[in-house]
Amino acid sequence: MKKTLFKGTALPWLLLAPQLAVTCIFFLWPAGAAIWQSVLQEDPWGTRSEFVGLRNFAEVLVEPEWRGAALNTLVFSTSVAVLAMGSALFLAVQADKAIRGGNAYKTLLIWPYAVAPAVAAVLWLFLFHPSIGLIGQALNQAGIAWDYKLNGGQAMTLVIIAAAWKQVSYNFIFFLAGLQSIPKSVLEAAAIDGARPVRRFWTIIFPLLSPTSFFLLVVNLVYAFFDTFGVIHALTGGGPGKATETLIYKVYVEGVQNVNLGSSAAQSVILMVIVIALTAVQFRFIERKVHY
Amino acid sequence: MATLDVSAVSKSFGTNKILHGVDLTVADGEMIVIVGASGCGKSTLLRIVAGLETATTGTIRIAGRDVTGLEPADRDIAMVFQNYALYPHMTVAQNMAYGLKIRGLPKPEIATRVAEAATLLGIQALLDRRPRQLSGGQRQRVAMGRAIVREPKLFLFDEPLSNLDAKLRVQMRAEIRRLQRRLGVTSLFVTHDQTEAMTLGDRLVVMHAGHAAQVATPMEVWARPADTYVAGFIGSPAMNFLEGSLTEGGRAVALKAGPLLRFADGPRPGAEGLPLIIGIRPEHVEATEAGLALPLDLVEPLGSETVLHGRLPDGEALTVKLAGPAPVGGAIQVSLPAAALHVFDAASGKRLDPVA
Repeated sequence: MKKTLFKGTALPWLLLAPQLAVTCIFFLWPAGAAIWQSVLQEDPWGTRSEFVGLRNFAEVLVEPEWRGAALNTLVFSTSVAVLAMGSALFLAVQADKAIRGGNAYKTLLIWPYAVAPAVAAVLWLFLFHPSIGLIGQALNQAGIAWDYKLNGGQAMTLVIIAAAWKQVSYNFIFFLAGLQSIPKSVLEAAAIDGARPVRRFWTIIFPLLSPTSFFLLVVNLVYAFFDTFGVIHALTGGGPGKATETLIYKVYVEGVQNVNLGSSAAQSVILMVIVIALTAVQFRFIERKVHY
Repeated sequence: MATLDVSAVSKSFGTNKILHGVDLTVADGEMIVIVGASGCGKSTLLRIVAGLETATTGTIRIAGRDVTGLEPADRDIAMVFQNYALYPHMTVAQNMAYGLKIRGLPKPEIATRVAEAATLLGIQALLDRRPRQLSGGQRQRVAMGRAIVREPKLFLFDEPLSNLDAKLRVQMRAEIRRLQRRLGVTSLFVTHDQTEAMTLGDRLVVMHAGHAAQVATPMEVWARPADTYVAGFIGSPAMNFLEGSLTEGGRAVALKAGPLLRFADGPRPGAEGLPLIIGIRPEHVEATEAGLALPLDLVEPLGSETVLHGRLPDGEALTVKLAGPAPVGGAIQVSLPAAALHVFDAASGKRLDPVA
């Protein structure tokens, strides 16, 4: 890459300004506010606040509801990541084969990424609603008691599917790029060495995709942790009971519905720490990771 | 160790015909070099033998067994690729062991065979490295090793030396030849480099536009090229071609450039006045005191010899290779020895041999 040296300091700062402004206004300021809020306790009328140190954190971490939400998040994000990556990899492998209409197929697969989370949730609602959803109706007619508004397990399954569906496109693009960067002759060499397609996939393609897979795993976990609020909110609202209440959803419930700002802020700070940790792991790994 | 029979193999991509019915029989332990310019179908032919492409028509037999419809895995062949195609996530030892593992050989035997092949190629010290830690020449050796350990019926080489620098290429070329002789494995070697072809092959297949223009030993191809394409492709600098017509009842040619040359080896068939192409290699043209005048427009001194480019009186280009330093002056006189002439039919480009 070409290196440009600036004479003064005014122009570089001017060029950096938009990015710095975005970072400050949309990240540093709210993050700072959240951290400040997390060590305060407000009175019920919101007129006075008192410094309480780390008490909000201590209370959150022992709260059974928070632990329940943490467990939900673990189940939810792992399932979303596995489902979204697994389906995307399968679709990418199919798309990588030279097929007629391959480009149309690839374009269609990318569309779900452009659908807003709430709209995606409504699409799935129309499919799985027990009385008006196509699949929901069919399930009930087939004798399966399907009602995600009553059954926590079914509700979790539905939000997982809806959230994963939205992420498949993103993963698909990366997997497809990863597959296309594997030299064709390496696969031909494996074929001549006697490896059948399934074996070629597991011994050659899959290991060579591992850097891509790891990157996507982190991205998918972060997505499931933070970007799935819309899907959950529109589909189940965290219910039934608290069956689909994840950590991010609980931050909203705590802050907006229960107006417990200190606790809500403390929970969002914990989430922030988690995402920083995930990103740090990813950067360390990428630095050290072998690139083929 | 096996024979290979390619019969009437053709290949089309859509309406684009790449191979027009190629026949080839390879004896046990023979090294055949398929040589031709890019786009002549040589790599396609190799890939069809490997099973990486399917032939549109024709059959492939390895050791007498029809393998036309079989997967590469079932053909018991090994291939060395131009870009080496090593498995980047495996060590050298794992690369070599991969095919053996798939065949379910016991671990101690795999280890023995890998060690043997590594010793043979002088790469014992590299067994624990990964491909990206190796130089081009080392990678090529590993690719060879991966082919050798399998003890296949057939070796296929797809321009394996093209990515190496000139010095290494010469060295690896000799090594491949020695190895192939020693192991006695039937081999097909594809290249666009005529020197590689001449030095490596027991026999050559000169490909041109999807046809096997000539299948013969390197010396035969050089001394008796089957048509003008082969004649121009093999030999450096390339053979000169001069226009002429058959005369004196087939015993001589009247060159457009002037002189009448009598054939040294007997009369050619054909009507009086049949248009001919006369080929003569630059090294066979002789400089004389009184002959055809050749004004020179380019002189290339190569040290031990000199290549001269000029134009004959009728405007045809002629290249001459002379031993020793460049002659003084802007023109020389040349003669074309009758014994060194190659006679081709101008219409078909085919070689015209004397009537027996």
